[in-house]
Amino acid sequence: MNAPVSPVRAEAGSTLVEPVLTVSGLTKSFGTAEVLRGLDFALAPGQSTALIGANGSGKSTLLRCLVRLVEPTSGRVRMLGQEVGALSPRALRRFRARVGIVWQKHNLVPRMSALSNVIHGAQARMAGPQVWGQALAPAPVRAEAMACLARVGLADRALARVDSLSGGQSQRVAIARMLMQRPEFILADEPDASLDPQTGQEVMELLLGLVRQDGLSLLVISHRLEHTLAFSDRILGLAQGRIALDQPTREASVPALRRFFDHEAAA
Amino acid sequence: MSESATLPAPPRFRHLGLTGYAGFLVVAALVVSSLAATAPAPDKLVNGLARLFAPSGLFTQMFPPDFSRIGPISWKLLETLQMAVAGCFLGLIFALPFAILATDRLSPHPVVRTAARAVIALFRTVPDLVWAIIFIIIVGLGPAAGVLAIMVDKIGFAGRFFAEAMEETDPGPQDALRAIGASRLGIIGSAVLPACLPSFTATSLFALEKSVRGSAALGLVGAGGIGVDLKVAFDLFNYDEAFAIILLMLALVVAVEQGSGWIRRKLI
Ligand SMILES: Nc1ncnc2c1ncn2[C@@H]1O[C@H](COP(=O)(O)OP(=O)(O)OP(=O)(O)O)[C@@H](O)[C@H]1O
Ligand SMILES: [Mg+2]
Repeated sequence: MNAPVSPVRAEAGSTLVEPVLTVSGLTKSFGTAEVLRGLDFALAPGQSTALIGANGSGKSTLLRCLVRLVEPTSGRVRMLGQEVGALSPRALRRFRARVGIVWQKHNLVPRMSALSNVIHGAQARMAGPQVWGQALAPAPVRAEAMACLARVGLADRALARVDSLSGGQSQRVAIARMLMQRPEFILADEPDASLDPQTGQEVMELLLGLVRQDGLSLLVISHRLEHTLAFSDRILGLAQGRIALDQPTREASVPALRRFFDHEAAA
Repeated sequence: MSESATLPAPPRFRHLGLTGYAGFLVVAALVVSSLAATAPAPDKLVNGLARLFAPSGLFTQMFPPDFSRIGPISWKLLETLQMAVAGCFLGLIFALPFAILATDRLSPHPVVRTAARAVIALFRTVPDLVWAIIFIIIVGLGPAAGVLAIMVDKIGFAGRFFAEAMEETDPGPQDALRAIGASRLGIIGSAVLPACLPSFTATSLFALEKSVRGSAALGLVGAGGIGVDLKVAFDLFNYDEAFAIILLMLALVVAVEQGSGWIRRKLI
């Protein structure tokens, strides 16, 4: 392992570990609009971190900058031991395969089965028609996909077309597809936003389970105060393009958090 | 109650403005001048129609249709259908790569995209009879030229509609796969094509209908199929046999259209 770049305190003990993500001096402008104005933070592995901020504060932009779905204007991102900004297009593809992303919308391919959609996750490491759908997939791939579906509690719906599933079920299939990637880091952009409170809660529990049981790292954009408090070890608050709040969740004070939530502030 | 509830209904028509009126005038002038320049004079039309139905007129001589050569004609009809199926199949196969290259999100480069669109537009714009003449020069008289003409025409037709269907698909699943590092081909195979399948099927069936209609006419220039027999019948003034051929062509076209309509309804 490389020498620690900028050590952070792991939540569980006081051991110094190499961060799984280090962001330094990250800025992003769209034309003249400065959305991110210099962010610095580091995340310890195996933790759940909530990213909060008002509408338009740049949360999604930050998430996309981390894997260069949006190119940062300046600054450095070091993630999973890789200098993300320096990656060649091919290396970037291999790097992205290690990062699972859960979007607000499930973004499944309609008209295809849940199983086929989960198998698409294997495109992170395999190519060719064998990973285009379940009918053509080799047995080990199908078995792994079934295990991923079982993980999200949908093994019995494997052959159901995803456009016949509910919103919550679809989001769980999307998480299974992400697990099929064998990710080491999970980015989630309001994974519960289009779901009813109960289903949203279940999806958040599922994600936290991956952190607690599988030791994955999670950075999740949250727009619900109660989810932020219940499902994170640490909270990062974005405001005016900077990190305006950074504290362990158990030390967070609810009044201080409210200004990062539009509807809470209005209430 | 809010005060917006008491507002009167808005005016029925928006004020057109100067450009609006100018545009209206231009369109009206275009229609009127076109009609005046090219539409037939009513009296000429009436006289002509009367001649058609006169005792020695074309229509009168067509009855009753002469089915005495039904055997050979049926074979030529089968050849016509085979030309349509073969040409349509080849056209659809080649239309897909052209369409992919012509689609914004899937094309490797804007220059490639523009070139692919230009080719598709060219294939679609030149009539299939002209393609048939070109291919007769290349491969000689006969069905092969017809098949190639239908193929090129179908690349133009299906290429356009395939590309449109792919432009209209939800970019979400494609972006999600791109974000996990899937290859371009993987995205096409696992997200774009499955989403486009119903629309591709409909387009393919329309292409087949169009091919059958087109292949019946290709014989007129010597590119195989029943059209040759029709031309010969007219040339020899065998109007009753020509009418039989027309009826059989009609039956084939209607059968194919009904069949493809039925499949379309089943699939979508
Ligand atoms: N591609 C883009 N082009 C121009 N401006 C953009 C683009 N993407 C985002 N922005 C702008 O950047 C700002 C931050 O957007 P972003 O989506 O990151 O906010 P957010 O915190 O995720 O908001 P929300 O809570 O609504 O999801 C917004 O003002 C938005 O208009
Ligand atoms: Mg957002």
